[in-house]
Amino acid sequence: MQIEIDEIAKSFGSTTALHPVSLSIPSGALVALLGPSGSGKTTLLRILGGLEYPTSGRVCFDGQDATGLSVQDRRAGFVFQSYALFRHMTVFENIAYGLKARPRASRPPKAEIARRVTRLLQLIQLPEIGPRYPTQLSGGQRQRVALARALAIEPRMLLLDEPFGALDAKVRKELRQGLRDIHDETGLTTVFVTHDQDEAMELADLVVVMSGSQAGGRIEQVGRPQDIRARPATPFVRDFITA
Amino acid sequence: MSDTAPFPIRPARFRNPTEETPLVRRLAILAAVLGLALLVFAPLLVVFAEALAKGWLAAVTSLASRDALSAIKLTLLIAAISVPLNAAFGIAAAWAITKFDFRGKAFLITLIDLPFSVSPVVAGLCIVLMFGTNSLLGGWLVAQGFPVVFALPGIVLATMFVTFPFVARELIPVMIEQGRAEEEAALTLGASGWRVFRTVTLPNIRWALLYGVLLCNARAMGEFGAVAVVSGKIRGQTATMPITIEMLYNEYLSVAAFSMAALLTCLALITLLLKTALERRHADQLSAAHRH
Ligand SMILES: Nc1ncnc2c1ncn2[C@@H]1O[C@H](COP(=O)(O)OP(=O)(O)O)[C@@H](O)[C@H]1O
Ligand SMILES: [Mg+2]
Repeated sequence: MQIEIDEIAKSFGSTTALHPVSLSIPSGALVALLGPSGSGKTTLLRILGGLEYPTSGRVCFDGQDATGLSVQDRRAGFVFQSYALFRHMTVFENIAYGLKARPRASRPPKAEIARRVTRLLQLIQLPEIGPRYPTQLSGGQRQRVALARALAIEPRMLLLDEPFGALDAKVRKELRQGLRDIHDETGLTTVFVTHDQDEAMELADLVVVMSGSQAGGRIEQVGRPQDIRARPATPFVRDFITA
Repeated sequence: MSDTAPFPIRPARFRNPTEETPLVRRLAILAAVLGLALLVFAPLLVVFAEALAKGWLAAVTSLASRDALSAIKLTLLIAAISVPLNAAFGIAAAWAITKFDFRGKAFLITLIDLPFSVSPVVAGLCIVLMFGTNSLLGGWLVAQGFPVVFALPGIVLATMFVTFPFVARELIPVMIEQGRAEEEAALTLGASGWRVFRTVTLPNIRWALLYGVLLCNARAMGEFGAVAVVSGKIRGQTATMPITIEMLYNEYLSVAAFSMAALLTCLALITLLLKTALERRHADQLSAAHRH
């Protein structure tokens, strides 16, 4: 799905989180929102997911205005920073949640739900962990379960907030490849937030470098990793990617 | 870790440097036990001893009298009405406070605690002033055949006022700690607001909720001051168990008074037992104050 962000701005009371930003994300791209803490990355991602409404501006999906679309109707697979797995449900129930929440008419029968959950557990290469609870999983396993849960609703796009932030270096490397594989397999338009420039450069097709200030977060440069490395558009980008 | 060391690194004759000497420890424990014995166990024993002073039969007979049965029923009825209502209000208040940002939030939090700082007697008087026959509202309600003061609605209102904070105060810290990420995740998965509440919010707070309900229930059954003012203490009609105990005691009917007191104590002990069981099994899901 193609995503068009048109002059989106967001303030929380007197704090400005996003200065008006515009961005066009081609269908099927793997995009990194890269920037230091406080540059409005999470805010922009939440606006895409419908968890926050912008103060002004528009969001379009495939040319259709989606600015006022409710979070439920957006069908955005969202992976939260600390994964936000349902702590009182097993892994199986976590992944099945979105399918069970569908209105009766479009809800798959029980056996079909079980089949899909099993397939997703295979996709994330953890076929055995269905009966376990989130507290019984390692950080890396939790992240993959969160990804499977988001994929279960057959989302139109995948949004991930610092998906590797809480993991140690080795697991992080593995899961980077895992996300790349899942993206290539599903072909979903994917946006992930990171403050780690290596991660953004290695993984993304398109990198969006953001900076923060009193006037709100803004986009400094949008481009392919190699172009940003070769030709940083502003002093901020140059400093940030060489830091 | 030191406990995996291959040889004993702490010979028995050395005491742990962070512990006191055995004498000091024993004295401290003795003082605690003595204090408990004097202030808690002795009065409890006295209650049961007095109740059974003239044998089991006298105690049971006094509890089976018409007025006693009416008091027991009334107390259970009041708890059965006010506890679920307060649980619902408590959930709503905690939910609003922890999941939304709105103006006047700090004021609402203060308001929830108000019943703890207002004397129950004053609370009872306020209800009498608002709903008594001399007030505009009370007069109208009486004319409609729905008296509040000296009747069940007044007692329920008084009980609810006094026990309002228990559930909300128990839930607020738990809900703040859990944040709203799981609810947001459920929303992105397509769940409606009500479904999110039912399948995510409520299960996550269930033990804290039960804990709050137990505290609320204990207080609801034991409340005296506010109920004494609004009930009018009509024997067989508006006299709850605590009120009946006081009346019987004032009439020197000590077996009857203490039998009822023993029964009320048993109800409280059951609550205490359940509460302790909860604390042991689900400490991780109660608010930090109850963790060991
Ligand atoms: N719910 C909120 N209420 C108030 N301010 C917020 C809220 N969310 C974000 N902000 C502010 O918006 C700015 C951008 O935040 P965020 O989008 O989280 O940045 P990033 O994810 O890049 O670290 C920060 O100054 C932050 O304090
Ligand atoms: Mg962030």
